[in-house]
Amino acid sequence: MNLRLHDIELPLAHFDLILNLECSRAVTGIFGASGAGKTSLLEVIAGLRKPRLGLVQFDKTVLCDAQKRVFVPPRSRRMGYVPQDGAIFPHLSVRGNLLYGARREAAAGFDLEHVASVLEIAPLLERGAAELSGGEKQRVACARAMLSQPKLLLLDEPFSALDQPLREKAVALLQRVRAEFGVPMIFVSHLADEVATLCDEVVVLERGRCAGRGRPTEIFTATPTMAWRLNASRLTGTPSIG
Amino acid sequence: MNASDCWQIVRFTLGMAGFGDLLILLPGVALAWLLARRSWPGKALVETMVMLPLFIPPVATGLLLLLVFGRYGILGRCLPFQIVFTWRAVVLAAAVMGFPILVLAARVAFAEVNPRLEQIARTLGAGETRVFFTITLPLARRGILSGMVLAFARALGEFGATVVVAGMIPGRTMTLSLQIYQFIQLGHNGEAVVLLAVAAGITLCVLLLNQTTSRMRL
Repeated sequence: MNLRLHDIELPLAHFDLILNLECSRAVTGIFGASGAGKTSLLEVIAGLRKPRLGLVQFDKTVLCDAQKRVFVPPRSRRMGYVPQDGAIFPHLSVRGNLLYGARREAAAGFDLEHVASVLEIAPLLERGAAELSGGEKQRVACARAMLSQPKLLLLDEPFSALDQPLREKAVALLQRVRAEFGVPMIFVSHLADEVATLCDEVVVLERGRCAGRGRPTEIFTATPTMAWRLNASRLTGTPSIG
Repeated sequence: MNASDCWQIVRFTLGMAGFGDLLILLPGVALAWLLARRSWPGKALVETMVMLPLFIPPVATGLLLLLVFGRYGILGRCLPFQIVFTWRAVVLAAAVMGFPILVLAARVAFAEVNPRLEQIARTLGAGETRVFFTITLPLARRGILSGMVLAFARALGEFGATVVVAGMIPGRTMTLSLQIYQFIQLGHNGEAVVLLAVAAGITLCVLLLNQTTSRMRL
């Protein structure tokens, strides 16, 4: 996979998101403090926001070219988006949520039973959205995105609502998803631990700009401040930045 | 007035109010969605015009309907059938008076639907029509239903516009409200009170139904 964001410019409330980025690793982490523009970046990739300027290209497909007025709508992009709160459809059961975007011709391994089993939500299928805990909602949202057989999975702070022990379990589950389905991921987090465990490459975002990029070990040790924040996060189990 | 006459008036009033409610359902829901979810030139003006029947005297609304749908009215002259002083005028008055109530309730219901859910549906491959019918409308349904019930209740008690545009023709346009008024004019206070009790009972049932449906998980 190759995701290219070229000269992207998106006005945000307090600053502009200005980016030149190319992601080709299996799991790319977007790391930064709250309000750094991480979610907006995911929304640009998913097609939920139109940048003022720039180009978004996935493999050979141009998803958005502001100059040439090319814009592929979100429904045609096949980007599996898992938002921070899960955004489970409240009027549908878990099964209804999962089947909402499921493709008719399921590729091998992308059937409801298998995805539900990998994400450990098989016993929840007949439950309503209101009966789910925060962690269950996240797993359902992830399974729902997987069943749409996305070309790229966009995960926006998926473990933010979980406490430390549950977060560790969720990280392990996501590693299993990664191994099982082989769908490339962009993983947004403000927790260095999660990024270091899950990602092959990290992009550090600060006030809408790329402040660093590299392998997690390089990023979190090369910059003294970052290294300190990572260590602090490991010691205290609290958010490492912001 | 015997029980059969009373029942005939009740049936007619309920039928006309229900028909008016059905007539405004589609345009009301469509307009409410446009007002809640889209920006377009003239939106504020349309919104004000829709709400007008709530604030101007109902008799004035009736006069306006008479001017538009009368035999020589702007629209009335183009229609192959007569509206004014027929049962159609009763439906028209019920619809026009109930329309702002439905639009107001449905608009709030649409505005309360979390746009994030619609966005997620789009990323899952849903087009705008599917998003509307599978996410937006089901999540707004309680508010829309409530708007319909309230518009129906408003239509049941409609008097001012109906009397101008439909007249008080026994057996043709006589609703509960009109009949009560006529009984008072004729000094038949006892019969007026009976009909008042019937009208109050029906309206009470409708409003209780609204309360129940708004609490139910639909």
